Amino acid sequence: MRILLVGVNHRTAPVELRERIAFNAEQARRAEAQLRSDHGFREAVVVSTCNRSEIYGVAPVHSKLAEDTLECYLADFHGVSHAELGRCIYRRCDADTVQHLFRVAAGLESMLLGEAEILGQVRAAYKVAVEAKATGPVLNRLFQGALEVGKRVRTETDLGTRPMSVAFAGVKLAEQIFGNLRQHKALILGAGTMSEQVVEHLRNRGIERIYVANRARERGEQLAMRFGGELVNWDSLGSVLAKPDIVVTSVSSSEPVVSRPMIEHAMHERKNRGMFLIDLGVPRNIDPAVEPLYNVYLYNIDNLNQIVEQNRKAREEEIPRAEAIVAEHVSKFEAWQSGMLMHTLFEELREKLQQEREAFLREHRELIRQLSPEERHQFGALAEQLLDRLVREPASPLGHQKDLRPKPREIQAVREFFGLVREKS
Amino acid sequence: MTTPLGYATLGFYGASLVFYSYYLYAVKRVVGWAATLCLVGGIIVHWQALLERSRMLNNVPYQDWVGSLSLFAWFLAVTYLGVETYHRQRSVGPFALPLVIALMLTSTVAASITPVVPPPSQGSAFALHVTMNMLAYSAFTLAFVMSVIYLLQNRVLRDRKLGDTFWRFPPLEALERMSRTSVVIGIMGLSVGIVLGMVKATQLWKGSWSWDPKVIASFVVWGIYMVYVWLGNTTAWRGARASILCVVNYLLVIFSYTIVNLFLSEHHRYF
Repeated sequence: MRILLVGVNHRTAPVELRERIAFNAEQARRAEAQLRSDHGFREAVVVSTCNRSEIYGVAPVHSKLAEDTLECYLADFHGVSHAELGRCIYRRCDADTVQHLFRVAAGLESMLLGEAEILGQVRAAYKVAVEAKATGPVLNRLFQGALEVGKRVRTETDLGTRPMSVAFAGVKLAEQIFGNLRQHKALILGAGTMSEQVVEHLRNRGIERIYVANRARERGEQLAMRFGGELVNWDSLGSVLAKPDIVVTSVSSSEPVVSRPMIEHAMHERKNRGMFLIDLGVPRNIDPAVEPLYNVYLYNIDNLNQIVEQNRKAREEEIPRAEAIVAEHVSKFEAWQSGMLMHTLFEELREKLQQEREAFLREHRELIRQLSPEERHQFGALAEQLLDRLVREPASPLGHQKDLRPKPREIQAVREFFGLVREKS
Repeated sequence: MTTPLGYATLGFYGASLVFYSYYLYAVKRVVGWAATLCLVGGIIVHWQALLERSRMLNNVPYQDWVGSLSLFAWFLAVTYLGVETYHRQRSVGPFALPLVIALMLTSTVAASITPVVPPPSQGSAFALHVTMNMLAYSAFTLAFVMSVIYLLQNRVLRDRKLGDTFWRFPPLEALERMSRTSVVIGIMGLSVGIVLGMVKATQLWKGSWSWDPKVIASFVVWGIYMVYVWLGNTTAWRGARASILCVVNYLLVIFSYTIVNLFLSEHHRYF
């Protein structure tokens, strides 16, 4: 049995190619079914996100061209030329496949180190394959192990806890001021990409209400509608500033759009309830004179970038701990796999040696005929005992003591040595 | 005389502090639970130690520094546990536990040099008066701790020097809420304590209590905390200003517990 992987990701392939070879759920099911029915794979799972498309497959041990099959299948499924895909694809086999998937689940292979989304995506891909009955004992164990790795990395390390984007850093800081955002409101000035990111994070964190104001009313309306927010008239900005606890600005303007008197008035209306201002504009949208005002916290894009940079360093310091968790689980998987392979190996080796014994007896039947029935029986029993000594007795401790078990590739070497390369169907 | 229960209490509180401190660094759930369980263990053993002393004295153990400090420490631990459970915040533990341990350690040291002298009984109402005041002191102590952390976090936020530990503490609004909860508990305790004290004093001293410095100090402390709560609910006195008021008023609490008790009050010594 071989565990194979072929795929492309954000490091090896441009987004244009990744878009073309992405799988939706239906395509993933179809691919998994075809790989099993038409291409000799026993198990298959497709993992496809915006940053990677990967096919995991379990192939019989004697199928040397299984990786080529998988690669060709990936290209043909999406109508991509083999040459084009060949330049970007990576292949893994056995222990390397296991390590790769565990690293993916841990967020170590993500574009944004430690990001949490990938674990959910791996879980979703596995679920699709399970429902389609495309998995078996090997990929079940592999993907369950991957999910466990992902969970452990996220709970035992800080790899995924710190915000790595300016927008998310601003929202996390808001939580550090206000706590749960469910009873708080936000006002977003500007409807560009950065504003969208902030709104998305705020929504994900459960903010109670979002107000959106934009000079171009239509764009503001679109943003408000997408996220269930309320559009506010740009001209009446001063009168609504008292409502939100968080104000995010990301507007193209040479002059500040939020002045100190506006914030002073808003704070007076709010009876000095804390207000957090996030200025993502360059030039700045909020008058810096606002900064000393009581219970007002002002952070601009440089301040948030500093936080992101601190977080990036902190995350990188967590990499060794995450790698250690991955290594631990790779060992566990190998031990499990060895146990399974050892059991099969002993059975096949015994059968093979039995066959050799029968063949040996047949070849020497003339000699054996000269023996008395009792001597023939003793000879047969001796041969049986010899098989036991050769196989069963040494095998017993190996079967029970995990640290004595050979690795899968060593087991494969034994299989080849004894000519057991054809697996039972 | 220090009993094994006293040392065991210190052991539990010490272990709890170690776990709380590690929790602040590592934020592992199991470590947090260990901290809380050690604290609960400490509270239970401490309770047994207080009962033991009560049996020796045949009274609530407040008549000397040993008992007073021990009772103070116990109430502080219990109040902290209550606030932690209600607000689901453990990160204040590393700041609250040292005060608990300091009070208990002082009590333990005092116990080793102070003879046990059963005081005259003054009835259960008097005992309740003292107990409620102790509860108030511990609640105000907790509010002080929360306010100090608030002021530190606020300064870090305004200076934009956010280190790793900044993210481990409760949000500013949560700190303010926790502080307010503690002050409310303290006000309730102090209100009951003052009323019971006035009733008892009228019985014992027929009016000569009214100018006792301890009574005046208690009213001042009570009044300022009431103003703190009222200001926070109705006006612009929120955030750092409220925390500063809380810190300053706590200094009055300490003044009342120490200087007033020891040197100024005729009728109060250790509570």
